[in-house]
Amino acid sequence: MSDFVNETIESVHKALVQKEFSVTELTQRALDFTEKRDQDLNAFITLDKDGAIKQAEEIDNKGIDDDNILAGIPMGMKDNIVTKGLLTTSASKILSNFTPIYDATVVEKLKAQGVVILGKTNLDEFAMGGSTETSYYGVTKNAWDNTKVPGGSSGGSAASVASGEVLYSLGSDTGGSIRQPAAYNGIVGLKPTYGRVSRWGLIAFGSSLDQIGPLTRTVKDNALVLNAIAGVDNKDTTSANLEVPDYTKNIENGVANLRIAVPKEFLAEGIDPEVKNTINLAIEQFKSLGAIVEEVSIPHTKYGIAAYYILGSSEASSNLQRFDGVRYGFSDRTGKTLEEMYQNTRTEGFGEEVKRRIMLGTFALSAGFYDAYFKKAAQVRTILINDFNKIFENFDIIIGPTAPTPAFALGSENADPKTMYMNDVLTIPVNLAGLPGLSINAGFSSEHLPIGLQIIGKAFDEATVYKAAFAFERATQLFKQIPGGQK
Amino acid sequence: MAYANFITTIGLEVHVEMKTNSKLLSPSPVNFGDAANNNTNVIDWGYPGVLPQANKGALEYGMMAALALNMEITRDIRWDRKNYIYPDNPKSYQTTQQATPIGQNGKVEITLEDGTTKTIRIKEIHVEEDAGKNTHGGDGYSYVDLNRQGTPLIEIVSEPDITSPDEAYAYLEKLRQLIQFTGISDVKMQEGSLRADANISIRPAGSDQFGTKVELKNINSFSYLRTALAFEEDRQARELIAGNTIQQETRRYDEATKSTILMRVKEGADDYRYFPEPDLPVVHISEEWINEVKNKLPESVSDRLNRYINDFDLSPTDAGVLTQTLIMSDFYDKTVGFGADPKRSANYLIGDVNAFLNENGLELQDTKITPEHLSTLIKLIDDGTISTKQAKQVFTALTQGQEPKDYVEKNGLVQESRVEILQPIIAEIVDNNEQSVIDFKAGKDRAVGFLIGQIMKQTHGNANPNVVNQILIDELNER
Repeated sequence: MSDFVNETIESVHKALVQKEFSVTELTQRALDFTEKRDQDLNAFITLDKDGAIKQAEEIDNKGIDDDNILAGIPMGMKDNIVTKGLLTTSASKILSNFTPIYDATVVEKLKAQGVVILGKTNLDEFAMGGSTETSYYGVTKNAWDNTKVPGGSSGGSAASVASGEVLYSLGSDTGGSIRQPAAYNGIVGLKPTYGRVSRWGLIAFGSSLDQIGPLTRTVKDNALVLNAIAGVDNKDTTSANLEVPDYTKNIENGVANLRIAVPKEFLAEGIDPEVKNTINLAIEQFKSLGAIVEEVSIPHTKYGIAAYYILGSSEASSNLQRFDGVRYGFSDRTGKTLEEMYQNTRTEGFGEEVKRRIMLGTFALSAGFYDAYFKKAAQVRTILINDFNKIFENFDIIIGPTAPTPAFALGSENADPKTMYMNDVLTIPVNLAGLPGLSINAGFSSEHLPIGLQIIGKAFDEATVYKAAFAFERATQLFKQIPGGQK
Repeated sequence: MAYANFITTIGLEVHVEMKTNSKLLSPSPVNFGDAANNNTNVIDWGYPGVLPQANKGALEYGMMAALALNMEITRDIRWDRKNYIYPDNPKSYQTTQQATPIGQNGKVEITLEDGTTKTIRIKEIHVEEDAGKNTHGGDGYSYVDLNRQGTPLIEIVSEPDITSPDEAYAYLEKLRQLIQFTGISDVKMQEGSLRADANISIRPAGSDQFGTKVELKNINSFSYLRTALAFEEDRQARELIAGNTIQQETRRYDEATKSTILMRVKEGADDYRYFPEPDLPVVHISEEWINEVKNKLPESVSDRLNRYINDFDLSPTDAGVLTQTLIMSDFYDKTVGFGADPKRSANYLIGDVNAFLNENGLELQDTKITPEHLSTLIKLIDDGTISTKQAKQVFTALTQGQEPKDYVEKNGLVQESRVEILQPIIAEIVDNNEQSVIDFKAGKDRAVGFLIGQIMKQTHGNANPNVVNQILIDELNER
């Protein structure tokens, strides 16, 4: 075994417990493969060879209990999640020399499980983008086709799992940044309910929208990782003080009589016919598994993108003000005045897309424009939440495509940011409403690119989302398809 | 002096630092005077990935202040971000309560020097975080100390009801007193735990349009602020009379010239791009919580005042003096608590103790006088152990931290009340003053006074005057 494309967390765990190989051997193999594969893929910004081996050796010394499922499993951490003593850049020049002195809560939790962090995965700068092309550290390629984007912003996290470099990764999702790259790479990605997973240590983009979540090859693996990272955290007072169920417990219960809503807006104009076709087949699949599927309407879907880009950018414009070159990170000290240091540092330190959003957000919050932009967007958000609530009075989950198209060609959408923004049309409403959303591979395009099915659940009902995804996965067995990588 | 044909309008923004254990949004300790940046952590530094944790205690303190100022408590508190970039502000925004200030629509009654009273309305009070401190070194570098960063503040904003520098002064004194009695702050201007910014405008009498506001900042005492406002009132009037216009500007006070000096001219409004803080949930303040906080509130100024008048039979003036500061009032209550007579305790504090403080330029808390010692001293006088004259000497010892009973014993200060000791002394003095006996028999009372004077002289003032009087009258009657 050189890569993990035919493996799952469960299967590797079994092998580790049975001592077929040590964690150190496993980690070394993963590092060797990743180093080779990443020459083309570029899924990682930092490969922590020494750190990973050290962690592996420690776990080998301690031994692995049967129920310690994540122990010794190599994983990739999105590089906007801070890791103590390990470079954390958020794919930006402005943090290109930033080594945190503390761990994010999710990192702490995974370290307690004996995790092996292989390295830090690539992303769009500050998670702003849908293709991982805005990274200061170069583009990541799609695991299925190296002429295509991996999606974004968690492109590195998705590609590293799909290519078999790691068994799972963590990403973050503000407007689709876990689900869309999961869809483009044919894997499972979950954005949990807002408040399910602590954001402490996640470098903020849009604080009211950001959530950390797992990317995995299979649904059950995904549930296993969520089990490990979910829960209230007193360091994040927006995290929910609710009990976390064992997400694997009822995962195999099937979808008989599950009430599924399909919003007609999710399959309307602008959705690629191949995507539409694949999702329609998925709907038939669910029906054949005993689910009750009905068409519904979320009439305000079309306002989601506008509201999102105002709210997310407004929050980002404030969150990113702290990068001033004073206390950490890149600093240009050639200027003579404080003002010049701020300007030079930020002009050089931020890329174009980040600057665009800072300007957009700053404008939307400015005196005289606040009511017309920020306030209006906040109202749209409330309306969308009501739309979802109404549907969930009668349905258990909502399904549709994750993205309007399969992965697009590298460089093809850079010219017009608005085209790029449209890719998030189906994922954004879920962030605005704070709901859990999962993407799972539902089939392939004529170019053999994966097409994602999105499953949206009620707030804090990830269990039902997983149950539906598992039933679909069991019926389709699509996770057994392996990417070729080279075109 | 103000010009009669202009009306002055003054607004005051008072910032009070609260004495919570930890900061508003991080667990770092709040403490004045520690080594630079010792009381800081990743949250205070605005590190990437950190999140704020709102201090419930700071909200309660804010509620206490709001209740003390007769305000309505806002039930759903949302935090807001006020955005600006400066090195003393590492997150580049201040967390505040722009949209939902914790207290609204308050009022206080001020009393001016001529005894007239006036109600000043308070617009709002909000809880927010303080910034750090920048210092500019002689080595070409500037230094940032973030110890103060995140210290909980309340900002108290007045309605434009204040119409003279004297009213502004009285308002500030009143605020300081009311806040002090809640115990949430030391309200010390010299340590920066109370800071006052003012804005002042004048308009011609009869005009209903406010004039252009001038802001006064960085003023470090109430009396400087009063002088600065008076100067500004005058300056603006002269500008207007000369046909000039008032610029929207910020000025500071110059102590040497007792005048205000231009700091900067304002060009348009600052744009702080306020918006709801997404990292903190909305806090709901329930009726129960308000009641809980009300129960935690220490006795207010007016309750103490009434108690002193009703229970201790003090005059309103004396009660007023004793409730001017929390420390004086607490000291008084403790002195009485140790068993001293309430009226005599009041007289002692208002008289001898205040005189001592004034003479030495001290605050009560900086002296070695304790309520227990003062109480003992008063009891020693009342039970006749020492004379009032001796009491003066004992009080001096008290200010040096000595226990009164010990001091009295060590120095033989016990008042002489024993008849067997006093009788022979008095008899001898009467023997030596035959003329006085004749005068006494003739009904001349001053003879008694003369003889008592002689006896006191002989006993170095240590004789108990009551006992002396009794023995002397008996002695004279026997002759």
